[in-house]
Amino acid sequence: MQGLDFSVVVPYWDLLLTGAWWTAVLTVSAGILSFVFGILFAVAVLYAPAILAYPVRAFMWVFMGTPLLLQLFLIYFGLVQVGIDIPALAAGIIGLGLHFAVYNADVIRAGIVAVDTGQSEGARSIGFGKWQALHYVVIPQAIRNTAPPIGGNLIALLKESSIVSVIGIAELVHSAQLAISETFRPFEFYITAAALYYILNLILEAALHRFERHVEVSR
Amino acid sequence: MSARQPMVEVRGARKSFGAVEVLRGIDLSVERGQIVAIIGPSGSGKSTLLRSINHLETLNGGEVWLDGVQVNQNLHGQAFERHINKVRQQMGMVFQHFNLFPHLTVLENITMGPVILKGMPKTDAKALAHSLLSKVGLAEKIDAYPSRLSGGQKQRVAIARALAMQPKVMLFDEATSALDPELVDEVNTVMKQLAAEHMTMLIVTHEMRFAGEVADRVLFMDGGVVVEEGPPAEIFRTPQKERTRTFLKKYLSA
Repeated sequence: MQGLDFSVVVPYWDLLLTGAWWTAVLTVSAGILSFVFGILFAVAVLYAPAILAYPVRAFMWVFMGTPLLLQLFLIYFGLVQVGIDIPALAAGIIGLGLHFAVYNADVIRAGIVAVDTGQSEGARSIGFGKWQALHYVVIPQAIRNTAPPIGGNLIALLKESSIVSVIGIAELVHSAQLAISETFRPFEFYITAAALYYILNLILEAALHRFERHVEVSR
Repeated sequence: MSARQPMVEVRGARKSFGAVEVLRGIDLSVERGQIVAIIGPSGSGKSTLLRSINHLETLNGGEVWLDGVQVNQNLHGQAFERHINKVRQQMGMVFQHFNLFPHLTVLENITMGPVILKGMPKTDAKALAHSLLSKVGLAEKIDAYPSRLSGGQKQRVAIARALAMQPKVMLFDEATSALDPELVDEVNTVMKQLAAEHMTMLIVTHEMRFAGEVADRVLFMDGGVVVEEGPPAEIFRTPQKERTRTFLKKYLSA
């Protein structure tokens, strides 16, 4: 039996930090994508003409009803077959981003519906158009009111981002596995990787908490 | 445009919600600078009438005119959208529940319309907001969020927000009904001030005393029709119709 010896991690520290860096990059990029597309999907489902609303709804069903892993394989390996060659990192960001966009859209759609109709009437009575009322009045409030679940989705995204290691993106889990393949010390590296995820999570939660406090003032 | 032309005119307004007919042919004419109070029991159609004037409710029949321009024009899609947005900029509306934007400060609530819709420079809009807030007695609240204001203060900000678009007419939809009794006066004071400045106003209200003080003309509505209209002294002291008398008796005894 081997005892735990974390000194084996030291030579691989840079590798792990680089992995953590790419995990952060993935989370932030896919997070922004999931936020923007979450809003777009929600608005499309609620207000777009049927010709756009139905395909978006179908897309959401498919993305909610199938595993993220499969979606990544389809984007990275499948699309090549039809001539769309997306680099691994971009495929990872798109896959994670769209997958979580669907969850965000669900939350934001409910948030939009929950904004009092008096709000858009207030905007319309001043002379704002339907889309301006949505843009300036309804959506900002929907986002504020749904900040906690959107933040929860972002934290889930951070953790789920480890799955993109399967398409060869050198994020944190991928880096840990590389180190393990050279040292045969899975326990130390997985624990270290878990600790790094935890730290990334703390940073993210602190940022979300600040945003929510900022929003709290304007309730 | 002649001075004789009414500022607001409604002809044969009809509106149904499902099987319920809430407006059954309303005619109404408001002269420039005139103040018309609309009274009547709940469900009489008075709020619906007011909301139809700026097209928050779509009439099933009849016409609405603002200063010589038809509000409910027979346009479709984007063309109607552009038309109605222009028309609404000329009509201020004050709601029972204020409908201030909670995510924006008082300043932003007021300047948003002029800045985005009229392209007013932000510094000018801020000066305008400041003068309007001074007028309603809330200059010190310019950077506050609506959640920090009392009901009466919210409604005064909502009036300032509507005035910021320099409307031709102000529509008040039970502006004081959601307020605690002791906050009603501060809003009424602002409305009286507007009356003194000859703002054209349509006021849907449950406050008979205020209607009597401020209105040039009172409209009593019931069951989707105008039962009786005239100067406040006539309507309140010598109503001609039995229905008006019954309604007023209930209010005066309450």
